Amino acid sequence: METRNSIRPPGPVVIDIENITKEYVMGEEVVRALRGVSLQIRRNEYLAIMGPSGSGKSTLMNMLGCLDTPTSGRYEFNGKNVAEMDDDELAAVRNREIGFVFQTFNLLPRSTSLRNVELPLIYAGINPDRRVERAAQVLADVGLGDRIHHKPNELSGGQRQRVAIARALVNGPSIILADEPTGNLDSKTGEEIMELVENLYQHGNTIILVTHERDIAAHARRTVHLRDGLIEMDHVGFIPELDLPVAR
Amino acid sequence: MKRFLYELGESWKIAAAQMRSNLTRSTLTALGVIIGIIAVTLMGTAVNGISIGFDKSMAVLGDDVLYVTQWPWKPVDDWWNYRDRKKIKTEYAETLNRMIAATPNSNLVVAVPTSNFMRSIKYGGNQVNNVFVLGTTSDFIITSTIDCTAGRFFNELESRGGANVVVIGYDVADALFPSENPIDKSVLINGQLFKVIGVNTRQGTFLGLFSWDSMVAMPLGAFNKYFSAKTESDVRVKVKDKTRLADAKDELTGLMRRVRGLPPEKKDDFSINEQQAFKSTLDPMKNSIAIAGLFITGLSLFVGAIGIMNITFVSVKERTKEIGTRKALGARRRTILLQFLIESTALCLLGGFVGLAFAYLMCFGIGKAVPSFPIHFSLGLVLISMIVSILTGLFSGFAPAWTASRLDPVTALRYE
Repeated sequence: METRNSIRPPGPVVIDIENITKEYVMGEEVVRALRGVSLQIRRNEYLAIMGPSGSGKSTLMNMLGCLDTPTSGRYEFNGKNVAEMDDDELAAVRNREIGFVFQTFNLLPRSTSLRNVELPLIYAGINPDRRVERAAQVLADVGLGDRIHHKPNELSGGQRQRVAIARALVNGPSIILADEPTGNLDSKTGEEIMELVENLYQHGNTIILVTHERDIAAHARRTVHLRDGLIEMDHVGFIPELDLPVAR
Repeated sequence: MKRFLYELGESWKIAAAQMRSNLTRSTLTALGVIIGIIAVTLMGTAVNGISIGFDKSMAVLGDDVLYVTQWPWKPVDDWWNYRDRKKIKTEYAETLNRMIAATPNSNLVVAVPTSNFMRSIKYGGNQVNNVFVLGTTSDFIITSTIDCTAGRFFNELESRGGANVVVIGYDVADALFPSENPIDKSVLINGQLFKVIGVNTRQGTFLGLFSWDSMVAMPLGAFNKYFSAKTESDVRVKVKDKTRLADAKDELTGLMRRVRGLPPEKKDDFSINEQQAFKSTLDPMKNSIAIAGLFITGLSLFVGAIGIMNITFVSVKERTKEIGTRKALGARRRTILLQFLIESTALCLLGGFVGLAFAYLMCFGIGKAVPSFPIHFSLGLVLISMIVSILTGLFSGFAPAWTASRLDPVTALRYE
């Protein structure tokens, strides 16, 4: 796959995290999920976040996705301070700036593909005509132009994930945040989804992939390894055999 | 505001889809509200009916008529002070009328004497017992709201002459003359023949209170001639301007004191009553019936509301992951709150509609089967039921909806 080596020039900084920590109180114990993580992500990057379970990978993803706020540290999203936003402001950022792709797809089971993809547009307050038009367009872009009136249980796993990707794209977000997007798919379908993601990257989207699978992470142009709440390695490219940073 | 309406509209769609997909559950839950609304609405119609019945009965007394009586129209503790009062005599009316005529700018119009007695009345083989027989003058028609469906009230000539004529109530006419025209027929009261000259318009009865329907009126002269013994007499006096009822009452009190020849230091030895006095005795009774009835039926609606609350809680729990997803996609707290509130409200409103429809049919059925049962269905009642349904929905949906809106997106997304 020759495209894998083509790194598109990164744009301005989208995500700027400096020394963030996150602590949870579980019973009497304080769990320090992140112990001071700094990270910059630029527009048009394709980044994989890797790490074993308990490494703080999920916590970092929740931070990046503005689902949660850090205990301390600075987090700027497109120059705006996210760390101090309230729930509704965070919801607005998630709605406009972040496209989520989940391992379990998280589609509304009784709604059609179209209706599922419309959801972020509804929360953005777009009028119905433009909403339907836009949602149908994005569904066609991910290759489901003929499936817009199907419900999730009438679609295959790969098709469901395509609907979810369309939903993530529909508001034109700054980043696509994919959490184990192939985790519930067989490897062939998973590869197809990763091709779609590659395609999105080639069309100028910023991708953040959270995964523990090396084959999947290998699609990214940059890999961040987490261990025990700290960034262990942050390197460009991927060496599956060694899983070591290449020299810059 | 526009944004709010937009969200409202979208939430409606989601709620409708939700109800459709959980049809059995929604129906069963709504059933609680349906029963509640039926109970409350039927109670409302009954309360309405009772109230209208009371007012109708009151209207017979007239709101511009004062009644001179021995006993006051209210419960008294010192009954011995009233027991030995002199009886009210029918002759007072004439004296009062002369005084009224002599007073310039009097606020009183005319005084009418009435005497009454319970008697049975016969025509052919038909007999009606315990008929309220009233002896009065032709001026009675001025103080009263009654009309005649057939014939007429007796005139001044018949009144002065004490002619043997009667005007009979609707029910009396119905019982005595099932298939005949009563006018000009002669009925037997206390062994005397009286010619029927008029039949009153049907007034309807309520709890057997003062209805003209079961009553007979005749000239006072004739009444005194045949039923002279222990009769109860009152004088009723029509007031010119009912907004100045208190002045009229004072004036009449003065006149009556002159009639009785009371020196200033003596207390009144008669009572002057108006419709209002009766109302203030009966209203608390009416209100306690209404409050008790609505409270008890309200409980059944409350049970329905708890059903809705329960199901909304279950729904929130079941859809935790969906709520997480919606939040991740940018749903704000208010949006989630609104979505669940509308779901519970829509369910209640639907239950309200169905309940109301049933209640209406039941009212219709009861009205057909038992026409005398006091029941009254009104548009106001429909509106109130709808508002109560909406409030029930908001009340029962609020706690679960609030819980949903406060869910932490991270926890909600992880929920299985």
